[in-house]
Amino acid sequence: MNTNDTLIPHIGVVTDIRIDTPDVKTFRVVSPEGGKVFEHMPGQCAMLSVPGVGEGMFSITSSPTNKEFMEFSIKKCGCLTSWLHAMEVGQQITIRGPYGNHFPVETDLKGKDLLFIAGGIGLAPLRSVINYVRDNRDNYGDVQIVYGSRSMDDLVDYKEIITEWVNDKGIEVNLTIDREQEGWDGHVGFVPNYVKELNPSISKTVLICGPPIMIKFTLAGLKELGFQETQVFTTMELRMKCAVGKCGRCNIGNKYVCKDGPVFRFDQLGELPDEY
Amino acid sequence: MLKIALDKIDSLFSAVAEKQTLYIPADRADGASEYKKYENGMKMSSNLNTLRSAKDFFFPQTENLVDFKMEGKNIEVIDIREESEDFVVFGVRACDARSFTILDKVFLSDPVDSYYKNRRDHGTIVTMACSKPAETCFCGVFGIDATEPEGDASCWNDGESLFIKANNEKGQAFIDSVSSLLQDGDTAKLDETKAKTKEILSKLPLANLSTDSFGGDKLNELFRSEKWAELSESCLGCGTCTFVCPTCQCYDIKDFNTGNGIKRFRCWDSCMYSDFTKMAHGNPRLTQVERFRQRFMHKLVYFPANNNGEFGCVGCGRCLSKCPVSMNIVKVMKALEVK
Repeated sequence: MNTNDTLIPHIGVVTDIRIDTPDVKTFRVVSPEGGKVFEHMPGQCAMLSVPGVGEGMFSITSSPTNKEFMEFSIKKCGCLTSWLHAMEVGQQITIRGPYGNHFPVETDLKGKDLLFIAGGIGLAPLRSVINYVRDNRDNYGDVQIVYGSRSMDDLVDYKEIITEWVNDKGIEVNLTIDREQEGWDGHVGFVPNYVKELNPSISKTVLICGPPIMIKFTLAGLKELGFQETQVFTTMELRMKCAVGKCGRCNIGNKYVCKDGPVFRFDQLGELPDEY
Repeated sequence: MLKIALDKIDSLFSAVAEKQTLYIPADRADGASEYKKYENGMKMSSNLNTLRSAKDFFFPQTENLVDFKMEGKNIEVIDIREESEDFVVFGVRACDARSFTILDKVFLSDPVDSYYKNRRDHGTIVTMACSKPAETCFCGVFGIDATEPEGDASCWNDGESLFIKANNEKGQAFIDSVSSLLQDGDTAKLDETKAKTKEILSKLPLANLSTDSFGGDKLNELFRSEKWAELSESCLGCGTCTFVCPTCQCYDIKDFNTGNGIKRFRCWDSCMYSDFTKMAHGNPRLTQVERFRQRFMHKLVYFPANNNGEFGCVGCGRCLSKCPVSMNIVKVMKALEVK
């Protein structure tokens, strides 16, 4: 048959593995011929697989402005991710995508002051947007990044944050960790409380990703500060098999996270049943 | 209309089966009927209400998607897809025929599922008007006329002859392939038969079931109904309803290591199963209440919300007769109905 089918994956070669935290590694993936396997927009996802082990949906953490490779920051938490963590450079995996919608970088976010709020591995999808904004700096206003994790060892992309992001003009980075730790002189406390302390201007458009409980309390805090649900975006994750709205399991109400999401505005999410 | 005498129907089946694979409803030893590959001498069952629907021919219970060869760090992706052979499914009821409009909306929408499309392109669906609707039937509730079935070609039985009419090019090709066996016939008796069937249909116990309380615009009020807990109480989570359903299309994708490469296959899955939505970090549908609700919300609310009001049920009645605890979509609709 000559037709393509999205269920038949491409080959990806893992050319670099970065140890980010005790349970997060970032994998660099290129096609066997070199270069990216496909183009994407910030917030979109890809199905990665090790044949015989499993297949799963992961957000593409690199920015589309990176023309050489794609990166995936992956937390070790199950069968497939354990296998991925045990891989060596040069290993081939399969990859298909890009899937889902993306953060509205060319529409709603354009020209706006942006507030990114991330918790733990929740930085992975937002990093794609942050680096897209950094590479198209003139199209966006001020950028504030609030990022927290359990400990300083659990901050994903820490090196990139402290060597690149903090030095960019017009970017304010606010890091926090849950508990006091030797060698850490930054802020200590949970993300929702830190956001309230920072008291960001309600003119900002907010992008938030992290554990459900963090999102819930942060959103409540933002509302207290005067933010509207229409100015807050998040990205969702549910179990997926097909990634194109046919296998029937990642729906929230009549919306499929794989194709109608993963990016939702909170007012849109509010219209859907609370089943995620 | 073209017709063939019922006592000559074997010659029609033989002529079709000579050129392509033909499936017809056949009796089983236990009294039920199921589709079987036609072989000379096989008799068509008078019971069109087959155990499993014609869905199986287009979306089989399991199928291979792709193969992989693993060598060291390298992977070879092997596209194992082959053009399907032509086949005919004969004797499909009106309800089961309508299920393909629903399945098409899932599998043929962008991006097209090439596995399903391959079989749709090569399969001809020849329907048969019902003359003996069962007490579990309620296709009329979803606007289906059991006496005027859709499909590529439609057939009617007036007790003496089988009448046949093409609905599209594929159906016409089917009729052309057996035209030497057909002759023009008068439909006066057939019209009587249809009228009799319509009379039976109007008096079926479920004929007056209403869909007014359902649809895409009732999403949140139905989701939040307190009745789901009680309705789902007896559900065993066995998934039988989803497997016999002609419109259920949820699937799983899994890999199997043959020892000489990996086979990635797709198989039917069920929203009634506890691990359907289970993830490393938890499960959004933790109990049978949420799983049960998902199935009926999908058919009666989510699917219509995404498909211009079309419901995801065709009233075939299989789940009514097969559920081991006698729970079904009719009971759900009656319980949730706003009067």
